[in-house]
Amino acid sequence: MKFYCLSNDPVHACYVVTFKELTIMLDCGLVMETVLDFLPLPLVQSSKFSSCPNWNHPRINESQLDGELKKAGSHVFIDSSPEFQPPLEKIIDFSEIDVILISNYMNMLGLPYITEKTNFKGVVYATEPTLQIARLFMEELVDYIETSPKATHAHHWKEFTELHNLNNLNLELSPFKWKKLFSLDDVHKALSRVQIAGFDQKIDIFGALEVCPVSSGYCLGSANWVLSTGLEKICYISGSSTLTTQAKPINQNALKNSDVIIMSGLTQAPHINPDAILGDLCLNVALTLRNNGTVLIPCYPSGVIYDLFEILSQKLDDSGLSTIPMYFISPVAESSLAFSNILAEWLSSTKQNKVYIPDKPFPHANLVKNNRLKFFKHIYSEGFSEEFRQPCVIFCGHPCMRFGDIVHLIEQYGSNPNHTIIFTEPDFPFHQALAPFYPLNMKVVYCPIETTLNFQQANKLIKDLKPETLVIPKVYTHPPAIAANREDLVIDRQIAKQIITFKCGDCIKLPLKRKKNTVFIDPEVARTLIPQEIQNGLKLAPLSGLLDVKDNIYNIYPCDGNVEGVPKQLVNALLKKHVTYEYGSMSSMDIDIFLNKLKQDGFTDVKVTQTSEVDGVLTKIRLVNEEIDIDISEKGTHIMCEGKESWRLKIRDSLLSCMNKF
Amino acid sequence: MSNIKVTCLGAGQDVGRSCILLSMGGKNIMLDCGMHMGYNDERRFPDFTYIVPEGPITSYIDCVIISHFHLDHCGALPYMTEIVGYTGPIYMTHPTKAIAPILLEDMRKVAVERKGESNFFTTQMIKDCMKKVTAVTLHQSVMVDSEIEIKAYYVGHVLGAAMFWIRVGNQSVVYTGDYNMTPDRHLGAALIDKCKPDLLITESTYATTIRDSKRCRETDFLKKVHECVAKGGKVLIPVFALGRAQELCILLETYWERMNLKYPIYFALGLTEKANNYYKMFITWTNQKIRKTFVQRNMFDFKHIKPFDRGYIDNPGSMVVFATPGMLHAGLSLQIFKKWAPNENNMVIMPGYCVQGTVGHKILGGAKKVEFENRQVVEVKMAVEYMSFSAHADAKGIMQLIANCEPRNVLLVHGEAAKMEFLKDKIREEFKIDCFSPANGETCVIKTPLKIPVECSLQLIKKELKAYNAQPPDPKRRRYFNGILAMKDGKLILMNLPEVFKEFGNINRHIVTFSSLIKLETTSPPLQILEQIHSLMKDKLNAWDVKLVDGQCIKVESIVIKVNEEASEKKLCVTWENQDEDIGRYVIGLLQSIE
Repeated sequence: MKFYCLSNDPVHACYVVTFKELTIMLDCGLVMETVLDFLPLPLVQSSKFSSCPNWNHPRINESQLDGELKKAGSHVFIDSSPEFQPPLEKIIDFSEIDVILISNYMNMLGLPYITEKTNFKGVVYATEPTLQIARLFMEELVDYIETSPKATHAHHWKEFTELHNLNNLNLELSPFKWKKLFSLDDVHKALSRVQIAGFDQKIDIFGALEVCPVSSGYCLGSANWVLSTGLEKICYISGSSTLTTQAKPINQNALKNSDVIIMSGLTQAPHINPDAILGDLCLNVALTLRNNGTVLIPCYPSGVIYDLFEILSQKLDDSGLSTIPMYFISPVAESSLAFSNILAEWLSSTKQNKVYIPDKPFPHANLVKNNRLKFFKHIYSEGFSEEFRQPCVIFCGHPCMRFGDIVHLIEQYGSNPNHTIIFTEPDFPFHQALAPFYPLNMKVVYCPIETTLNFQQANKLIKDLKPETLVIPKVYTHPPAIAANREDLVIDRQIAKQIITFKCGDCIKLPLKRKKNTVFIDPEVARTLIPQEIQNGLKLAPLSGLLDVKDNIYNIYPCDGNVEGVPKQLVNALLKKHVTYEYGSMSSMDIDIFLNKLKQDGFTDVKVTQTSEVDGVLTKIRLVNEEIDIDISEKGTHIMCEGKESWRLKIRDSLLSCMNKF
Repeated sequence: MSNIKVTCLGAGQDVGRSCILLSMGGKNIMLDCGMHMGYNDERRFPDFTYIVPEGPITSYIDCVIISHFHLDHCGALPYMTEIVGYTGPIYMTHPTKAIAPILLEDMRKVAVERKGESNFFTTQMIKDCMKKVTAVTLHQSVMVDSEIEIKAYYVGHVLGAAMFWIRVGNQSVVYTGDYNMTPDRHLGAALIDKCKPDLLITESTYATTIRDSKRCRETDFLKKVHECVAKGGKVLIPVFALGRAQELCILLETYWERMNLKYPIYFALGLTEKANNYYKMFITWTNQKIRKTFVQRNMFDFKHIKPFDRGYIDNPGSMVVFATPGMLHAGLSLQIFKKWAPNENNMVIMPGYCVQGTVGHKILGGAKKVEFENRQVVEVKMAVEYMSFSAHADAKGIMQLIANCEPRNVLLVHGEAAKMEFLKDKIREEFKIDCFSPANGETCVIKTPLKIPVECSLQLIKKELKAYNAQPPDPKRRRYFNGILAMKDGKLILMNLPEVFKEFGNINRHIVTFSSLIKLETTSPPLQILEQIHSLMKDKLNAWDVKLVDGQCIKVESIVIKVNEEASEKKLCVTWENQDEDIGRYVIGLLQSIE
């Protein structure tokens, strides 16, 4: 089994495993941090970003850059439509992929690059919520990028390695691998290839492998994948959570007794306690609103926001701020709110039980009904300006702060210290996300809300699961950059029998050697077996029959006693029927019994000599009259005779009756 | 052990009160636990004393599976868990778990409050019963215990209805519940993969019917309703709150909109709004079209259909009323029927099957007078129409499902005996498989081939494969296979001999070897002798690989033949190991005969 890593980001992962002549892609994440190197896309002509001065590297001729780089605040940005980092090309042939298994919607955003831009011919499996929510994410991205088109596409800057990491981002890959965003058409085509899989649904892959998504507890429809052949088991653990979230709880049992566990998607804010941070967030919101300020929360269109709607509305009620409206602005806001309430089967049991009443599982349905939560496609959508009241809480995309309505909102609110912006999504370092907007007077709060496994939880999980081999990104073996002195923020080296680490672009051989296969025995064959108890709890029986192989299924059927062209007395020998195998050594008592039997058989002149040899006692027996020699050692018995067959057969019978055999 | 036993406690050559006992691999599984709508006495519940005459039932039943929320499939469940005292696992889909208690409560009310029956389960019992239910999703593989695996497939029929694939060991059964093979206005069609069960237990309500196209039936229905209301008549459509009702509502709603009609349509309130809410929330269980458009417009928000009030019964003028229950056996629909039946302008449309003993069944049979328990006689002058909207598979659909899943045997339930006979012949003829239709209380034994799964060392398989591939391809060639079967800790492992001694380190093989010498009276050089013997043996032992090695010896299996020369005396020395005794003996005989 081989393992390839096609992404430098363990949270937006993309791996490939080859096994039993199958090529399976695990996740198809899109690395989006690249967009932080680009100038924000304003909704309308922005005086700030259209007047940014050109910037030049001292060693590069100005004309070569063609004004592609601009300075905003103290940072330099590329003035072009932002680019993304899809899974690495040229490591494996995408046309050979048989299946892509998606674990959650965040890890699906790179899919159009594979399915539509290469000659991919395989099938994609994802759960229903993963498919529906990924569709929302993709449609939102396309909408954001296409609402603010750029006239030119900057590409000269890529020629200069000096310009390859303008903002000190954690980017390992060359900008030549970056790509423009896919189109809406690509999204629809890519998603039409997805086949829906339910939790605990066993899906057969060409009769060679069974794959099964099991709940990972992280977000709606999020799954870990179990790949098994009945005898080998490989688990791919992606974004998982052992906390109580909105989603169905993690299914840990299904991950036990694996030969290999591949684990990624651990928290991006390992140094932060999610429970405490939620309190911080509520406090900051309440504080800002009391000061007549407005709160901006850059967000994705699904996931944590559902919890935030619930928690914040309660908090506002408790703080006497129930009249404060919440706005959810996203091109897919309506769909997101609607979908979340029809996915009952994928929710935590508390939420699920509401459906039986019947009540909507998420309270935001009622918040919308009672006008507490209002949703709009854009801030320029019909009705928004009439409905808009301040102070308020605005949830708005995109958390990278480079596109979406948030770009406009932060320009509008940034200069007033009464307002607050709260970062809850840990995907983008917030300082870098805000860089082009500096200087800012509004309050900036960082409250990353992450429910995915932290290192402590991951170590505990692995300890419980006890895999033979654990495969993890190399970065999990040393403390993260944001908390470099926290030696506890690593995967424990002793946690599994074997730990293999990888980094982007690696190809690793995983220690998975098939040793067994399932074979079905016909009851007729079983009936002929004569099991012998060899030792306590172990029985052995020679088995023979005819093998039949169809569709990779092995059957053993009985074989009748006639084989054409084989002498009748040899049929059993051909089939190895009624064969016995001797084992163990003959004790002196056994030998005495044997000698007695020989005498009874009429062999009168028996000479016995015993010598000590390297491998034990050697007993030599000579039947003088018959000129037969019998050597009995620890490992075997040798009967040499020159005379009558009948003598040999007598000796054989006597000998075998004194021996252990099966 | 290799048999599957099926006993119908209900639904055997009968529609109404589905309850089927399935035994395989030492496990007993109950499929549905329905009640009979045609009876008011103890006959409405399955005869649980069949399972065990008295005492607790739990140890005799390993699990109960409910296919959908119709009461003839789940109506006796609270009785079984709360009164009979079953405490084992119960499985159904999420929508069924959500909706079943509502229908159960509705029925309980009719039975207890309107008919004044006692000895019925209570509201609390329904709640307690539902708490014991495990909800499953489609295609989810659920291990009931270490041996029983179940998996639900989509069947249409009503929201949340499912068929179940059940496996114990190597035996598998598919139980369809009720299903339809053509998508309708709000649900999709049944879908199953080629799972090749040993037995398919299928409903056969419409065993002999090939229904005309859906569209014709719909047009017919709309025409009849429209004609009736146009001449001032009232149309009563008895329905069950969930299922057909929603489909007919969608149908009328779109027709009213298209034709711009103003006649009032009412839906008996209570269940309806709640019911539609379930549809909204479990929209993933409806068909593609509804799922796609639900964000913009939810199909279950009806504009033309208004809630009904009892006071409207005597209102003048035309109207269309949907009322429950569907078989006119009780409740509001029966109340309206009694009022409207004597007027020839009115019409009742029965959109589904009615079990024997119900008013619905009587009037469909052409009864012009219906007598009630209180001696009240109602004359039926209104038009009685039967429109088969009941979402069951017709004969064609049943055959289609059999073709899809390729069972080894078929067992028909939930149908009428005569019709089953016809379908049985057809199935036997077309698929060349056995088909059964036991009556209630009768047990069917279905023989299945038993196979014992063992783990086999890959080395053993590879060795055989190598030998097989080395021979010229011949699909008829027999593949002899042998090894040692080890039984340890309940595990069966097939391996080759060296592996046995390697795996179980504390036992050593003891090889018994025989050497026999045969004197030769020849002067030919040893090589020539060996060559002669080699060709002879190749001829006689053509099923074996006889090798002449380096001109020194002949080898076949463990047999080695050498020529010993001692003081100008030549002897053939034949050596073999005990497991090849037969061949050794044969070779000795062969060599002695050529002297």
